Amino acid sequence: MRRFELVTPGSVDDCLSALKGRGVEVKVLAGGTDLIAQLKVGMLKVAAVVDLSGVAELRVLEGDARRGFRIGAAVTARTLERDAKLRAALPSLSESGALVGSIQIRNLATLGGNICNAAPSADMAPPLLALDAEAVIAGAGGRRRVPMASFFKGVRQTVLGPDELLVEFAVPATGPKSGGAYLRHTPRRELDIAVVGVASQVSLADGVCTKVRIALAAVAPVPVRATAAEQALEGQPLTSQAIARAADLAVEAARPISDQRGSAEFRRHLVRILTRRTLTIALERATA
Amino acid sequence: MAKQVLSFTVNGEPVEALVQPYVTLLDALREDLGLTGPKEGCGTGDCGACSVHLDGKLVASCLVLAMQARGRSVTTIEGLARGGALTPVQDAFVRHGVPQCGFCIPGVLMAAAALLAENAEPSEDDIRYAIAGNLCRCTGYTKMVEAISEAAGTARNRGSARGA
Ligand SMILES: Cc1cc2nc3c(=O)[nH]c(=O)nc-3n(C[C@H](O)[C@H](O)[C@H](O)COP(=O)(O)OP(=O)(O)OC[C@H]3O[C@@H](n4cnc5c(N)ncnc54)[C@H](O)[C@@H]3O)c2cc1C
Ligand code: FES
Ligand code: FES
Repeated sequence: MRRFELVTPGSVDDCLSALKGRGVEVKVLAGGTDLIAQLKVGMLKVAAVVDLSGVAELRVLEGDARRGFRIGAAVTARTLERDAKLRAALPSLSESGALVGSIQIRNLATLGGNICNAAPSADMAPPLLALDAEAVIAGAGGRRRVPMASFFKGVRQTVLGPDELLVEFAVPATGPKSGGAYLRHTPRRELDIAVVGVASQVSLADGVCTKVRIALAAVAPVPVRATAAEQALEGQPLTSQAIARAADLAVEAARPISDQRGSAEFRRHLVRILTRRTLTIALERATA
Repeated sequence: MAKQVLSFTVNGEPVEALVQPYVTLLDALREDLGLTGPKEGCGTGDCGACSVHLDGKLVASCLVLAMQARGRSVTTIEGLARGGALTPVQDAFVRHGVPQCGFCIPGVLMAAAALLAENAEPSEDDIRYAIAGNLCRCTGYTKMVEAISEAAGTARNRGSARGA
């Protein structure tokens, strides 16, 4: 690996001082499963790395379905996979964490790293979008909150300034009759990158759907919501016909490319199938 | 660039090493501490040959900076057996003749040890899930799964014998 200096702050404020005024020559290091790999192959070159492992605040994990959750940027995919409360209250996010890499990777890989790396295929992004989560960002002027739906700006580009640090995610209360699910398609079950990923979240009252969110990965430069499909379902009973129609509408939100993982046509097909399946599972969970 | 002092616990012993800030934990273990059990297969997190436990958790040491282990505890394959006695899973690997070329085996054993620490009665699916991050180009995995399964039974029986 090329040489760099290592800074080991103990607090968010110390991180911000280390980042201040240094622009892109400094990068923060969370689990390193993207960053170290990128530094090794020379895709990235930096003068300094700021190690977040000493900043306890970034590992906060608290809340419940009634109040919503605070999930620190440095909470690992393995914690999302195994934490009993998260599995019960936010199954889509927990499922997405469980799909990342292998156990060796998930014990390192963080939620914040997955989101800040901003790969179109990032597995943990669609659940956060479907949960209406907000990113809490610390900078010189204090903290600001950015809805996940406007966090991504392009492939590997986000709203984060070079002097800013992603601190945590605020996930609003999902309510008593709400359910979610995340599924992705990969040729291999383990250690593969999503050809398409879909997260759905539904809330019910009096037999009709009061709120629905559908978010897609790996079908556009950034993770996207399928808003036409969502609108078609809101206020309706979630019959299998309604779900099938929403799955057709979700395809229109996809702007996929063809690459070695799959053709655009195959990706559109997967959006339809995975939207139908995730909505069906989300509905089951909301009524359970 | 100045080396930094890395103080941490390796296989139960306090250790100090002087390392460059950009060196991986895998390289520090192998080059500075002479622990060549963990191997570099890919260097990018894909093969699991470099697997060690960091504060008891299975990680790919090729993606961890050595300095990230400051103040923490690392266990490598060299530290699994204590006092010269193999653990049940190591013993089962020997008796089943699991290793062929052997390159992947330290990583697989660390994955198996992490599994058994969390789940004393793993099913075959649990075992396959636990070693999914470890590539083996020789064995086809079948004997590995059998050996881990048998070792879990052995450890369990010993545990209950002690408990009785
Ligand atoms: C073998 C392997 C398999 C993988 N499989 C998958 C998979 O199945 N699905 C998937 O989505 N990803 C996968 N990944 C990618 C990676 O593991 C994830 O994206 C992971 O969540 C990244 O988190 P990290 O903590 O390791 O990030 P790091 O590598 O530490 O950081 C990633 C980027 O985010 C920035 N960053 C990190 N934290 C912050 C913060 N708090 N504030 C501001 N910027 C920050 C860093 O500067 C860097 O640019 C895989 C990677 C490997 C090596
Ligand atoms: S060498 Fe670390 S995973 Fe392959
Ligand atoms: S025994 Fe040769 S790679 Fe596993």
